[in-house]
Amino acid sequence: MSGLGAYALNRLAMAGLVILVALSVNFVIPRLMPGDPVEQQLAAISAAGGQVGDMAAAAAALRERLGLDRPIFVQYLSYLGNALRFDLGVSAASYPQRVSEIVFSALPWTIGLLGMSTLVSFVLGTVMGAALAWPRAPLLLKALALPVIALSAIPYFILGIVLLALFAIVWPVLPAGGGYPFGRVLNADLETGLGILRHGLLPGLSIVLASLGTWAVAMRGMVVGVLGEDYITLAEAKGLPQGRIFLAYGIRNALLPQLTQLALKLGLLVSGAILVEVVFAYPGIGYRLYVAIGQKDVFVVQGIVLLLSVSIALTMLVLDLIYPLIDPRVAARSA
Amino acid sequence: MSAAPVLSVEGLSVTFATPRGPARAVDGVSFALRPGERLGLVGESGSGKTTTALALMRLLKPPARIESGRILLGGTDLVAAPEPALRRLRAARIALVPQGAMNALNPVLTCGAQFADMFAAHGAPGGPARIAGLLRSVGLEPGVADLYPHQLSGGMKQRVCIALAMALGPAVIVADEPTSALDVVVQKQVMTTLVRVQRELGAAIVMVGHDMGLMAQAVHRIGVMYAGRLVEIGPVRRIFAAPRHPYTRMLVESLPGFGARGVFRGIAGLPPSLVDLPPGCAFAPRCPRAEARCTRERPEARAAGADGEVRCHRAEEGDDAA
Repeated sequence: MSGLGAYALNRLAMAGLVILVALSVNFVIPRLMPGDPVEQQLAAISAAGGQVGDMAAAAAALRERLGLDRPIFVQYLSYLGNALRFDLGVSAASYPQRVSEIVFSALPWTIGLLGMSTLVSFVLGTVMGAALAWPRAPLLLKALALPVIALSAIPYFILGIVLLALFAIVWPVLPAGGGYPFGRVLNADLETGLGILRHGLLPGLSIVLASLGTWAVAMRGMVVGVLGEDYITLAEAKGLPQGRIFLAYGIRNALLPQLTQLALKLGLLVSGAILVEVVFAYPGIGYRLYVAIGQKDVFVVQGIVLLLSVSIALTMLVLDLIYPLIDPRVAARSA
Repeated sequence: MSAAPVLSVEGLSVTFATPRGPARAVDGVSFALRPGERLGLVGESGSGKTTTALALMRLLKPPARIESGRILLGGTDLVAAPEPALRRLRAARIALVPQGAMNALNPVLTCGAQFADMFAAHGAPGGPARIAGLLRSVGLEPGVADLYPHQLSGGMKQRVCIALAMALGPAVIVADEPTSALDVVVQKQVMTTLVRVQRELGAAIVMVGHDMGLMAQAVHRIGVMYAGRLVEIGPVRRIFAAPRHPYTRMLVESLPGFGARGVFRGIAGLPPSLVDLPPGCAFAPRCPRAEARCTRERPEARAAGADGEVRCHRAEEGDDAA
């Protein structure tokens, strides 16, 4: 259908625009800050123990090297070109490491930990919520729901600290922090994998436990609402079996807002659990951001913030593109 | 006209549990539906007509529940039937054309899929050709099967619902305000389609609505409901020409006509609370002809003309007493 094509193009253009705006804001804001970035960077380098030498000559050289002596428009274009090649400059705190290196070495840890735990809590919570809305839900499930919902009232980083105290200190069965066994060279072998898994268990658990109840409550509410719709009554009047009504008519429709929530959560994933990464000293993006802010490493902070905006824009794009497949009304309304 | 009824309702009562006690939304309703007959149930909001329609399909959900009565469909009492038996009877023997077709179809399935799952549930043969035939018979293009409900107009959706209701050849169709969500022109078209389809099937139909004018053109008999009670039932012509119950009379008189000019007459007052019904006739507080016994004794059904019944103490006194 041509409507779908136009819709996809529309969404694609929108995502491109959002990313462009994010890039531009990222370009403009440092230039609005008081002070000369070159001198600041030189100061940062020398403060970090770097050899600078003649300050004025170094400033001029750096200015030329960074292209800051060129007209602002040319700077903007070359910045865009660099950004498209993921060239985000050099870290001030750990000079001469490139910002892109720092960001991309941290990214897999965050995506692995938060992606997994978000998906796990989404699936468990949604199934639990749907089961709770089932008119013949077993009593055991209802009893279990109460503590799960209560847990979701506790912030995940506090839950993380409690879990840390219980399972790493009082009863030390799991590591207290880090992403992998200390001092271990990361190879693609089973032992490394298990080590990573053991390190991910506590931070992952704190995220799952803290968000499970939210998913369950939202899903239960949606299913109960959908079960009161007219099309459910007609489905019963058609003589459909209860199971078919519940799944194809009830759950299918209740799932739509849940999936929107999931996409939003995945979009915010990179920044979503900075505090968990900090509590567990987990080598992901959030921890890196925390460290970079502490070191006043502007370029790394900038790179991570840019990554956050782009990742949100991209997940929204993916959601927009798959949404018409699960809800046929979406493409019709916004194309 | 004396064939055995396809559907007979005996003393049907439905209550809703409310914080102030049970509200009796349907109160001792009885009627019989003959094969091929079109019966209209009219009444104002809250008179129990839609609750009656849903009760006929056993589709009421808590807090509503059938308190007493029998609904006999070809020898089976639907009130006592277990859920699996009901499931097989629904759509196959007694089908629903729902109220407000706007939201009656599942938004995430194509229309064709919503036929297919019904055929599958009843183990009935129903390929694309059968679905196309059904759509054609209600005046829709076969291509509608591939469309989603949001791509159809209100009238088209209601036609899809009619096609769904007739698909398995039921003996009884319950049409719950089948046209109330549509504009006047489409109302007439949809009503005509519904009647034509019903004739072709030879099914009987119970049609619920509040538009007496529209109803009068479509049905054989009209039943008038007030506060959950069926206060009068009879052939359309007789109901309009010589209403016996004061409520029916006032309803008929309140209809605007081309000839009548001047003051528009309504019915003063409000219906009683269903939680706290008056001991006698429910209409007595608003009735211009009420006497002492009307507020004390509940009127029993008595014959009214050929093929009709009325529940009024003063029904026999005729028009001259008015």
